[in-house]
Amino acid sequence: MDKIIEQTDIDRVDGIQKVTGTAKYSAEYDFPGMVYGVLATSNITKGIINAIDTKAAENAPGVLAVITHLNCPELPGYKSTPEQDKLVPTKKGYKVFADNIIRFNGQPIAIVVADTFERATHAASLIKANYTKEKHNTDFDEAIKSGTPLEGNNFKEYVRGEANAWINAPVKIEAEYTMPIEVHLPMEIHGITVVWDGEDKVTLYEKTQSLSGTQRNIVRTFGLKEENVRIITQFIGGAFGSAFNTWPHSMAALIAGRKVGKPIKLMLTRNQMFNLVGYRPEAKQKLGLGASADGKLMGITHEAIAMTASYNEFTEGIVNGSRSLYECPNVNTTYKVFPLDLSQPTWMRGPGETTGAFALESAMDELAYALKMDPIEFRLKNYAETDLERKKPYSSKYLKECYELGAEKINWKERNPEPRSMKEGDWLIGYGTGSGIFSAWRGAAKAVAKLLPDGTMILQSGVTDMGPGTATAMTNLAAETMGLSHTKISFEMGDTNLPPGPMQGGSGTTSTLGTAVFAACENMKKKLAAMIKDNAVFHTEIVHEVKVEDLVFENGYMMLKTDKTKKISYAEVIKSAGLSELEISEDSKGNPMLNHSAFSYAVHFVKVKVHSKTGVIKIDRAVSAVDAGKIINNKTAESQIIGAVVGGIGMSLMEEGVIDHRYGRWVNNNFADYHVAVNADVPNIEVLFVDKPDPVLNPIGAKGMGEVGIVGFAAAVTNAIFHATGKRIREIPVTADKLI
Amino acid sequence: MINFEYIRASSVKAAVDALAKNPTGGFIAGGTNLIDLMKRGVTVPTRLIDINNLPLKEIEESKTGISIGALAINSEVAENELIKNNFPLLSMAFAAGASPQLRNMATVGGNMMQRTRCTYFYDTTMPCNKRQPGTGCGALNGYNRMHAIFGTSEKCIAVHPSDMCVALAALNATVEVSGIKGERKILFTDFHRLPGETPDKDNTLQKGEIITGVTIPFNSFNKNYYLKIRDRASYAFALISVAVALEIKDGIIKKASLAMGGVAHKPWRLTDAEKYLIGRPVDPGHFQKAAYLAMKGAKGYGQNNFKLKMVPIAINEALTKAIA
Ligand SMILES: Cc1cc2nc3c(=O)[nH]c(=O)nc-3n(C[C@H](O)[C@H](O)[C@H](O)COP(=O)(O)OP(=O)(O)OC[C@H]3O[C@@H](n4cnc5c(N)ncnc54)[C@H](O)[C@@H]3O)c2cc1C
Repeated sequence: MDKIIEQTDIDRVDGIQKVTGTAKYSAEYDFPGMVYGVLATSNITKGIINAIDTKAAENAPGVLAVITHLNCPELPGYKSTPEQDKLVPTKKGYKVFADNIIRFNGQPIAIVVADTFERATHAASLIKANYTKEKHNTDFDEAIKSGTPLEGNNFKEYVRGEANAWINAPVKIEAEYTMPIEVHLPMEIHGITVVWDGEDKVTLYEKTQSLSGTQRNIVRTFGLKEENVRIITQFIGGAFGSAFNTWPHSMAALIAGRKVGKPIKLMLTRNQMFNLVGYRPEAKQKLGLGASADGKLMGITHEAIAMTASYNEFTEGIVNGSRSLYECPNVNTTYKVFPLDLSQPTWMRGPGETTGAFALESAMDELAYALKMDPIEFRLKNYAETDLERKKPYSSKYLKECYELGAEKINWKERNPEPRSMKEGDWLIGYGTGSGIFSAWRGAAKAVAKLLPDGTMILQSGVTDMGPGTATAMTNLAAETMGLSHTKISFEMGDTNLPPGPMQGGSGTTSTLGTAVFAACENMKKKLAAMIKDNAVFHTEIVHEVKVEDLVFENGYMMLKTDKTKKISYAEVIKSAGLSELEISEDSKGNPMLNHSAFSYAVHFVKVKVHSKTGVIKIDRAVSAVDAGKIINNKTAESQIIGAVVGGIGMSLMEEGVIDHRYGRWVNNNFADYHVAVNADVPNIEVLFVDKPDPVLNPIGAKGMGEVGIVGFAAAVTNAIFHATGKRIREIPVTADKLI
Repeated sequence: MINFEYIRASSVKAAVDALAKNPTGGFIAGGTNLIDLMKRGVTVPTRLIDINNLPLKEIEESKTGISIGALAINSEVAENELIKNNFPLLSMAFAAGASPQLRNMATVGGNMMQRTRCTYFYDTTMPCNKRQPGTGCGALNGYNRMHAIFGTSEKCIAVHPSDMCVALAALNATVEVSGIKGERKILFTDFHRLPGETPDKDNTLQKGEIITGVTIPFNSFNKNYYLKIRDRASYAFALISVAVALEIKDGIIKKASLAMGGVAHKPWRLTDAEKYLIGRPVDPGHFQKAAYLAMKGAKGYGQNNFKLKMVPIAINEALTKAIA
């Protein structure tokens, strides 16, 4: 990786724990008397449970309890208010075991608790339900044809300038792009361990991206006091948006654990992951794009249709990127969502934007070809210097630099723009590009820093780390800010007993929490300086009282700027003050960004090889250039983009959730049939960062990167495939059969 | 999981006897397919007879060919020098199958006996004539992208998923089995069967018989190639695979043996194409004609219609690669 700013990039602070298997995930905690919960699920898609026979399960060896809607205890959060009763079904949600209604195939109908996992699994297989089936629809196309889209504020049309202006442009294209459901399949299957202490106090080891959100949900559902609900999430084996909700299986484990009064563990199966933890919704998008003959965009029309569950309105910003990525006076967007008899979708890496960018960035490529213009040149021609949607300047924008860095690295200028013109042996060669945009923001967070008499520092925040390396980045940041070796800093997180940290998601953790950590360190330095202001060590002829400005903080020492031999260690200061620790608690407010728009950007360049006869596709090179503000740690940052690109390869070439609509059931709900990219599909991924600080968003200059790393990647691939073969595939994933 | 008995057989005879005493039992070798089927409730053996201790792991050379024990591990066979030198086609096919982890567990006998990956076969709530005769075929009008285009019946359009077996079919191997009535040999091409009216029967192994080994006769094929087209570069079953073994002398095809995977309920020998090629010169036009002849009787079921187009391309490409 090319590094622009010199800095130390520390190794992952939890790397050794992770690779040696000592890192503990939510289903890996054991307690005396542990019992195991296993879900029995429906095999119809829509209807009513008339009767449910749990006898055999109850009598099976080792079984302690079977809970269904018939014997589920009344929970405060399950009672609906008269206002809630009036809501449309898509706003009502679904609460596990609250009623006898089946809303999707694979819905939990019972939880079996037994003394071993195997016995619980066996007993769950013995549960038999008798249903009255109703006609279901899980088919998106069918819903578009005969269903009714949801209504409300989320579905307002956006018009800037003139609607459908592209139609009157001299050069124009119109095309429809489709993508299937993409399933959440992090390596760590969702699991939970629940330890009740009586009926009113509980500790959960739960896979969550939001400790406080999970705590709130449980407090509400069970009517508990906040201080009696403790959530611990030390490690997460990937989440990508699938761990914000408190999903039905977690509630089921809580209900069952309280009932049996024993510590309980529940882990989903891989195939249950397909309908119990959300997914990226299927989408169809129509893009109309028009430009002047010299390539100035005159109109963008982006119409998106997506789907949700019958019981949950899920919306995301699919069309948002089209409003702000390029300078175009006339933009209109529409967004429709149809409910289906499926489990609910949820956020998934680069939510909304990833779906939208596939369409927009494919259409941009199509229009560039219609204009006979280089796709990068076309984008530069329509470079947005200000955010036309919000009518605000950008806090920082180095998208141009991304185009340049990436194009240079992949040697874009050597590309012969003519489709099907480049070859290597039997392989057709294609180069394509696609850009991504994702909101950068900063929320509120609390962080505590404690300096100890031995010169070590503890940072604390109730945040969780789903994999990006939050603890590493925060340690890195604190080490640099404090002038302290990272080996002397430990970051404590993943526990609601700690000061409340931000949720992890939306690429906002580093910006949000980093601000709090940075401020805590800065205040710590001020406090240290104040404590030694008249310390004789610093006396010189002119200085009798030191101020923080007079000092440098290096290697655990405060030193006089003008004479570094005059110094005192942080440890010494605390010791001599007789303190057991020096604590700074920082309450960072967030930044509402009233006067600026903030985004991170990524530009992906892909070289593909397509076999000229069989249509087999290989990604030969992937270069991603990213403007994510200042990079706190190049190693973890690079890994974030690598991970996103691997996800992008899966999205563009293989991932496709398939449902047999006759039954409403998944037909590829396992890793043999639902393909994600394997090592052999992934080339060496080259990551480049502009690495320039954002001066507005936060004092550390970092924007965000986890999400934007996948946005636009699929289009880069399909555009490269077009360049290689002359075939424009508007339906992902692109498989060999579509190219023969 | 349903309880089952587990016993370890110490000899082929003991294994056969143990199964004879408990017809609802089954052998377990590498377990890479059987355990999955048990977890999904597709196969419910009351007795598992572990055959891993049987002396059936050897790869031995005789005057006429090489015999491979039924318990030889896929990765070991693939890397064995005798195999690589004599039957490179088989090594290539192994290398194209599954993943290194699976190949390190899977046995030759287990590979032959692995069941189809048809989703309706795996999901016990869905119809499947192979799993439960008489319930119908879910794939016929359902998700059938991976399914057969040759030799299908209205009862079943599943494919046999193996790569190894495609090569063995092309190499004219023989299967050795042992049962209570004694030993017998089955031509590899007769081992697996077409679904017809009884898709629940994958092959011609009789109840109570065990596979002890496979023998491949020496051959004069000097051009070999195994082409596998799949949805990702590794760890994926074949959309289509083609095994090509040719003997070419002075630019003339003296012998030809072709088989395909991913297209039928059994490894699919391309007899018409073979007949056409034999005696003809190496020539792209002839390859094309052979590929065309191979398509006789092909039928698509919707999502797998692309195979009608892809198969001739694949045959052509495999032949081209073989002679390159
Ligand atoms: C995710 C995944 C991907 C895969 N991809 C591929 C692929 O791309 N290509 C491919 O070819 N294969 C693939 N496989 C299948 C793999 O090759 C088989 O699972 C393996 O060969 C089975 O061998 P085993 O020894 O583990 O059999 P087991 O699971 O032990 O047994 C399978 C069956 O064979 C029977 N059996 C075993 N030995 C004998 C014997 N000696 N006599 C009689 N019956 C016997 C058992 O009773 C059982 O019914 C894949 C498997 C998985 C799980």
